[in-house]
Amino acid sequence: MRVELDFMAVLSQWPLLAIGVAWTLGLTAISSVLGMFMGMAFAWARASGPTWLRWVVGTYVELIRNTPFIVQLFFIFFGLPAAGFKLSPETASVLAMVINLSAYATEIIRAGVEATPRGQIEAAESLALNRVQIYTRVVLPPALKKVWPAMVSQIIIVMLGSAVCGQISTQELSYAANLIQGRNFRAFEAFIIATVIYLVLSIAVRKLLNWMGPRFLFGR
Amino acid sequence: MIEFTVWDIFRNLLLAARWTVVLSLVAFIGGGIVGMLLLVGRLSATRAVPGAQKAARIARRALDGYVLLFQGTPLLMQLFLAYFGLALFGINVPAWVAAAVALTLYTSAYLAEIWRGCVDAIPKGQWEAAQSLALNFGEQLKYIVLPQAVRIAVPPTVGFLVQVVKGTALASVIGFIELTKAGTMITNATFKPFLVYSCVALMYFALCFPVSLYARKLERKARHGR
Repeated sequence: MRVELDFMAVLSQWPLLAIGVAWTLGLTAISSVLGMFMGMAFAWARASGPTWLRWVVGTYVELIRNTPFIVQLFFIFFGLPAAGFKLSPETASVLAMVINLSAYATEIIRAGVEATPRGQIEAAESLALNRVQIYTRVVLPPALKKVWPAMVSQIIIVMLGSAVCGQISTQELSYAANLIQGRNFRAFEAFIIATVIYLVLSIAVRKLLNWMGPRFLFGR
Repeated sequence: MIEFTVWDIFRNLLLAARWTVVLSLVAFIGGGIVGMLLLVGRLSATRAVPGAQKAARIARRALDGYVLLFQGTPLLMQLFLAYFGLALFGINVPAWVAAAVALTLYTSAYLAEIWRGCVDAIPKGQWEAAQSLALNFGEQLKYIVLPQAVRIAVPPTVGFLVQVVKGTALASVIGFIELTKAGTMITNATFKPFLVYSCVALMYFALCFPVSLYARKLERKARHGR
């Protein structure tokens, strides 16, 4: 049988796709910044915090890493309102993505933090830096540099995971594709185009982050 | 109206969790087979015929492209494409077939990439020594390279199984009734989303956490065992 594909029917709806791309990138940007900051704090807690805190953060990390993102998202969007926290789809999406990324970032950054040579910390102590200064100025920059490739991959995974947020009607790219296929019944074409855009985004974001890391985060 | 007790909810979720396990195993085993074929294809193109530079380059590019395609796009889109794409060719696919196909391909891309790294970690001298013993390509792979590669490949492969189990949750979106979908359906019947999704999350945790721990143990053993 003949299969007719009509990509123009989908591409003519480009404003919807553009909004979707903007949402996907925006969600990713916010959640990667917040998620990474949380990861840095949690990595400190896990590597050198008090025992009870280590245990709490460890449980958090394992709980998040061993459950699917979609379940976390549904729990936040459908489950929390039942407990009294009502969230918009967008807030729920950001919250889920931040929580998800922070757990992975904790483990990734901790690996870098634990690789810090003992002597560097001792040297910093002998210069009378306090604990916060030691962590943010001496330990973190080289640690981030070491684990940056893993961090970039994780951010991309979170960006691709954000496709699920369309399920709670956040208007990101996959939601736009769904909307378009609902209008013109060109489901396969709509998802092909969305997939290609995701592929381009993941390549571009990887390039961008690889470029940004050394310039803004940890120096060359 | 029928009242659902916590036990009813739990029991129904548990029944649905079987399908999460089945789908995970299908995807993992299917993905393993396809991933192995991809790896052997790539290796035979780069190793079997000395001097065939062009074929080697094409094979390498093809596999890299395949891996990039599946690692660079959302699993959800892959599922939609399998679901709507197969339907386009007049094949009326049930959701579980589309889910199994998409997850198998997804898994194969990741496993091929993981295993390629493991084979690359085998020193070149091992290949050369095997060649000098007049083993052919298949024998080199079977007796010399793969047994060594498998030892380093086991921990990351087990670790990836967690990824697959979590990936099956997305099959709920195209209507396959596994743990997450069952959770949504039970929520719609009971109006207890907090309780139901907590149970769903705990069940995924119960499935994945032991596997994670086992993978970590294997990793530690591999690092210190030699």
